[in-house]
Amino acid sequence: MKRDTQRTGVFTRRALLIGGAQIAAFGALAAQLYQVQVVQGARYSTLAETNRISARLIAPPRGRLLDRFGVPVAGNKLNWRALLIAEQTSDVAATLENFSSIVPLADHERARIERELRRHRRFIPVTIREFLSWEDMARIEVNAPDLPGILVDVGTTRLYPFGPTLAHIVGYVAPPNDADVAEDTMFALPGMRVGRAGVEKYHDRNLRGRAGAVQLEVNATGRVIRELDRQEGTQGQDIQLTIDSELQKSVLSRLGDESASAVVMDARNGEVLAMVTNPSFDPSLFNSGVSQTQWQEWTKNRRAPLINKAASGLYAPGSTFKMAVALAGLEAKVITAFDTVSCPGYLDFGDRRFHCWSKYGHGSVDLKGGLKYSCDVYFYEVARRTGIDRIAAMSNRLGLGVPLDIELPGTRKGFIPTRGWRIRQGKAWNIGDTIVSGIGQGYMQLTPLSLATYTARLATGRAVQPHLTRSIGGVLQPGAKPEDWPLMGIPERDLHAVRDGMFAVVNETSGTAPLARLPLPTVQMAGKTGSVQVRNVTREQREKGYKSDNLPWEFRPHALFVCFAPYDAPRYAVSLVVEHGNAGAAAAAPIARDIMMDVLNRDPAARRDGPAARVAEVKS
Amino acid sequence: MSVMERRLIRETSFGLTSKLWQISWIYVVLLCALASVGYVALYSAAGGDPAPYASRHILRFGFGLTLMLSIALVDIRFIARVSWLAYAGGVVLLILVLKMGHGAKGAQRWLDLGGMAWQPSELMKIALVLALAAWFHKASWERMGNPLFLIPPALAVLLPVVLILKEPNLGTAVITGVVGATIFVAAGLRWWKIVLGIGAMGAALPIIYRNLHDYQRQRITTFLNPESDPLGAGYNIIQSKIALGSGGMWGKGFLEGTQGHLNFLPEKQTDFIFTMLAEEFGLVGSLALMGLLLTIVIGGLIMALRCRHQFGRLVALGISMNFFMYILVNLAMVMGAIPVGGVPLPLVSHGGTAMITVMIGFGLLMSVHVHRDVEFGEGRDEI
Repeated sequence: MKRDTQRTGVFTRRALLIGGAQIAAFGALAAQLYQVQVVQGARYSTLAETNRISARLIAPPRGRLLDRFGVPVAGNKLNWRALLIAEQTSDVAATLENFSSIVPLADHERARIERELRRHRRFIPVTIREFLSWEDMARIEVNAPDLPGILVDVGTTRLYPFGPTLAHIVGYVAPPNDADVAEDTMFALPGMRVGRAGVEKYHDRNLRGRAGAVQLEVNATGRVIRELDRQEGTQGQDIQLTIDSELQKSVLSRLGDESASAVVMDARNGEVLAMVTNPSFDPSLFNSGVSQTQWQEWTKNRRAPLINKAASGLYAPGSTFKMAVALAGLEAKVITAFDTVSCPGYLDFGDRRFHCWSKYGHGSVDLKGGLKYSCDVYFYEVARRTGIDRIAAMSNRLGLGVPLDIELPGTRKGFIPTRGWRIRQGKAWNIGDTIVSGIGQGYMQLTPLSLATYTARLATGRAVQPHLTRSIGGVLQPGAKPEDWPLMGIPERDLHAVRDGMFAVVNETSGTAPLARLPLPTVQMAGKTGSVQVRNVTREQREKGYKSDNLPWEFRPHALFVCFAPYDAPRYAVSLVVEHGNAGAAAAAPIARDIMMDVLNRDPAARRDGPAARVAEVKS
Repeated sequence: MSVMERRLIRETSFGLTSKLWQISWIYVVLLCALASVGYVALYSAAGGDPAPYASRHILRFGFGLTLMLSIALVDIRFIARVSWLAYAGGVVLLILVLKMGHGAKGAQRWLDLGGMAWQPSELMKIALVLALAAWFHKASWERMGNPLFLIPPALAVLLPVVLILKEPNLGTAVITGVVGATIFVAAGLRWWKIVLGIGAMGAALPIIYRNLHDYQRQRITTFLNPESDPLGAGYNIIQSKIALGSGGMWGKGFLEGTQGHLNFLPEKQTDFIFTMLAEEFGLVGSLALMGLLLTIVIGGLIMALRCRHQFGRLVALGISMNFFMYILVNLAMVMGAIPVGGVPLPLVSHGGTAMITVMIGFGLLMSVHVHRDVEFGEGRDEI
């Protein structure tokens, strides 16, 4: 009995001990629970919210580009596309394989997809294929069970209704690269495009808008349960250009097959009404990635369709430069408008003989005659008297060889030589170089755009800058009024003398460009031809009776023409370069006349019809 | 034994009605309350739907309750006689599960019997309690001092522990070992031996660690530093702590737990059911649940203390210790206090056979309680 009670006593004591230990253990658990749930509660609450809420960006629609009458020249259209979310499939390769058996994927597409999959985090959708047809979409939807992680959604893509017509101005958009994504995370979204050329690039920040954000409740696998909050982004701003798209189209068609460029400008305010480069390209091809063959075709084409010849093509200005020389001479007072120079068909200087284009010579010519006949000897002499540095200074004032403030990335400023430049090269400037510069040859190189600016400045006396933007997001940009532009400070008398010469070129008998005469009773045009050799003509050739028509295309001279109209109240300035077109008078002048007729008929600078009216007109 | 005492001992068998009266109905109500908490939790785990967990849970509990009450009426002396048979059966099942069982994550734990998947290790723990209680039933205090007497029961503990470790199922093996050891302690093992045993276990830890499977070691490493691998092995611990912590003092409200309902919480209907409740009902709710659990544990202990015979005392203590260990491991696991292992919260977690084995255990506990005063040949066969 003693033994039994002893054993019971031991059990009771130990059972109570165990019970105490159990209660203590519960106490410890409760303490731990208090620690986690209350003391660290706030921290874990935040983590739970982080788990639960996923913020996603919503791509804003890209702003449109409109022409001066409100016609869209770059817009957005719906784009059905297949996306892949890597984390929603167990085997990315298998999913792609299955997809490929339904909608075949080319090797370069696969390479792009794999690159993007590596670049983005696993929950960011990667575009597999864009611009799906209804048929492809149906096939994808039917096979959805075999395509985990694939989803079809609709985005927008850039639409260029005018295609090649405005390609060089509008530019194009392309998929963003790593640098773009680093700058704005919005670009990681599928289907985003960034402006890569032209106005699309220049105004990209205005056009792209700001991404909106949506807060979504997601579960552990990333599936969206519901939307908690939405902040709409800002849509990209519409930008109205100064371009008249109809005029642009018309000018392009007038250029025909020529490798040429033309700029039509409102001479009073620098608004570019048309800037045409032929041949052109289809900007929408860049949207989805350009194929290798297409790229090679463009880059190997000697007419260089990708280059905006109007803003980036460099040409010696030839005789179109003579007005600048004349103004420099007048300002330097080395000549007056009435001083004459005798032209025997050449000018001998030192041991060199400089030929006039007419080997018979022009006799005694004054400023007006020099321009009218485009007498080289007259300008050799004026240039010799004036000196290169004063010619360069005057050209710069007229907008030649200086950077132009236009919204086109890649615009070249051209080049006007100076004595200092030559010396910096470690060489001597010869008077011969000055003489050749007098007829716009030698070292100088200019763009058609700068020639149009130069013509506009000659016509109005104002230092207008060429520009393409009329309004951004409905806000009119400065520069639309002539008073926005300062006078150049060149005496009106000098300008008038030069304009008079340009008038004679077109409208007087034995002017060099009778073909440019407008068939109108009241409106006259003033202009100047130019032909520039792309390689030297030897004396031998000259004596044999050199005919450039017989040369192979790429060795023929470029034909240039600059003009403005109406003569008595200048409104429009046009510059035209026909590559390897031979003589400016024959090849360029008639085209320039037709363009000017077209411009005067349309009168885009004066028309004030509202954008809506014009849009309706286009649609009907 | 005095005459007085003899009178207090009930007849060897007494009627069914009086047995039913002897059942602790308060205890039954406590178990029903716990199962109801399970219903609520599983209803929420299914996103506010009785299907698929909650309705089945309550059906199983009904079956388990019937089983428990039936076992409660079985004479404890009969149970004592078949203890070693149950033990032998448990060992056979453990060997079978190693030979032909199936499981997940490289562990063989489950055996198909009667159309259900059973974990023999769960049954083994109860059988081990019975066998040890039967062994120590006749052991006098002096005899407990004899090392030779202690060797067979020690081997009886070691055999299932080793078999369960081989499955491998570290969590259950540890629980089995601790439950077995508790019975040794309660039976009157000398203190110096207890200290020695704990010391030996401590010394053996490095050896055990070396023999662990990679995934088990991974769990321990992860436990020591959960943030080292937040999307891999540490995910469960981190997400569970986030759920607990975001529940705060008062909880997010019934069916409002984001961690659970958005599936950030893994295995919320089984191992992490407590976390789910704690997220929705806060510290207040989770402490209430812990209070209920502790009441059930201590209730078992009280039944052990009220029992007049050593077998019953040891069985009741072992069963309540087993229940306690489940809770301890599960709660410590979800709070990130010990490495994660597949230990459910009894009567709350979803899982059929676990519930039935637990209810078998409570049936035995209740049988002890019903037969607490029966004459049980104690000390008859002294050596």
